[in-house]
Amino acid sequence: MVTIRYAKDNFELDENQSVLDCLTGHGVPVPFSCRSGVCQTCLMRATGGTPPEISQHGLKDSLKLQNYFLACVCHPSADLEVALPDDDDIQAVIPATVKSLKLLNADIMQVVLECHLPIDYRAGQFINLFQNQALGRSYSLASVPHQDEHLHLHVRRLPEGRVSGWIHEELRPGETVEIRGPGGDCFYIPGNSDQGLILIGTGSGLAPLYGIIRDALSQGHSGPIHLFHGSRDLSGLYLTGELHDLVRQYSNFNYVPCLSGEDVPHGFAAGRADDVAFQQMPNLKNWRMFLCGHPEMVKIAKKKAFMAGASMKDIYVDAFNVSQSS
Amino acid sequence: MSQQQSLFEKIGGEAAVDAAVDIFYRKVLSDDRISAFFEGVDMDKQAAKQKSFLTMAFGGPHNYTGLDMRLGHAHLVERGLNDSHVDAVIEDLGATLRELNVAEDLIAQVAAIAESTRNDVLCR
Repeated sequence: MVTIRYAKDNFELDENQSVLDCLTGHGVPVPFSCRSGVCQTCLMRATGGTPPEISQHGLKDSLKLQNYFLACVCHPSADLEVALPDDDDIQAVIPATVKSLKLLNADIMQVVLECHLPIDYRAGQFINLFQNQALGRSYSLASVPHQDEHLHLHVRRLPEGRVSGWIHEELRPGETVEIRGPGGDCFYIPGNSDQGLILIGTGSGLAPLYGIIRDALSQGHSGPIHLFHGSRDLSGLYLTGELHDLVRQYSNFNYVPCLSGEDVPHGFAAGRADDVAFQQMPNLKNWRMFLCGHPEMVKIAKKKAFMAGASMKDIYVDAFNVSQSS
Repeated sequence: MSQQQSLFEKIGGEAAVDAAVDIFYRKVLSDDRISAFFEGVDMDKQAAKQKSFLTMAFGGPHNYTGLDMRLGHAHLVERGLNDSHVDAVIEDLGATLRELNVAEDLIAQVAAIAESTRNDVLCR
């Protein structure tokens, strides 16, 4: 008999019953529509056990790798522990020690964290960092597993930001914080290694992109990789030395720093990062896109990328929403 | 293999839906007659809905009911959704299939299925 575990409850799966029918039959409010594995309304995630391959058919690769599945066509032959995608306590809290803090520019602090428990993540995903139990914020991972020993975050100091202010002003190396994660589906997926990649980011939106680029290069990605990183003025850009080093090291990597302010020195593109990218790359058919940073930029760039020929399944985004209660 | 192929099989099944969904969604978004109805919606969720709609229109498996159609479009009818907009969608659907070199008689069958949802979509 196969058991489906949801929250603290165990349900027995009847023969020929789908996980969706089992859960809704016991009053779990799983949303659904087509019941035939098409509409993806009943998306769930296996937090224990492996969902059958057929229940992941049609899902984005990044979701498959994180054990997401469609409950309506899920008939597992072994026990499964499941959660809804927005269940908050899908992951346990992990303590982490602050190894170092370093300003990357005037506003952005690199936070290096050593987890007390191993954490299985992909460069470009995010974790939640907690100042206390009630107050946490999401930060993207700029580090690459197996390449960087610890987790790297780029925390931009927001005006009146409570968590970012605490990180910039009060947090010290050696202190222990609590994190939860990882989450998010904006990361590099191996395979199709000659596909072109375009990455567009503003401000600390470089964090996930820096991780994704180094992840792709270390996994032997051979197609062209174009990074467009934008800021208003020169002081907002960072890691420029490291990125120029990567350009020298990898002939398929191209770095375009963009400045949207008035003063644009030689060697920089004038304009917003997304505008510069779409001007230089008017036809995006068969390109894989990564868009990170300001939510409005991400939203506009996503639509533009799609209209310029990028397939919906090839567009990965990470919008940095600022908490209204910051 | 004497069994007669269904419309869904003739068009090319789920692979055809996958090929059509990006093209169809792009046409709808760039169609000035209807694009305003898609402003500000979550593009991933919308693409999933388009996929579901195309599967049904291609004669594939679905559990759409007239009630779903009504509930899903009521807020758009309030914003002025009318026959001319349904015409535009069916036109874009036909143009999508033509781009994929689907035969005209099959396109007519798809259009007829889409047409059968008209009154539910317009909540009348």
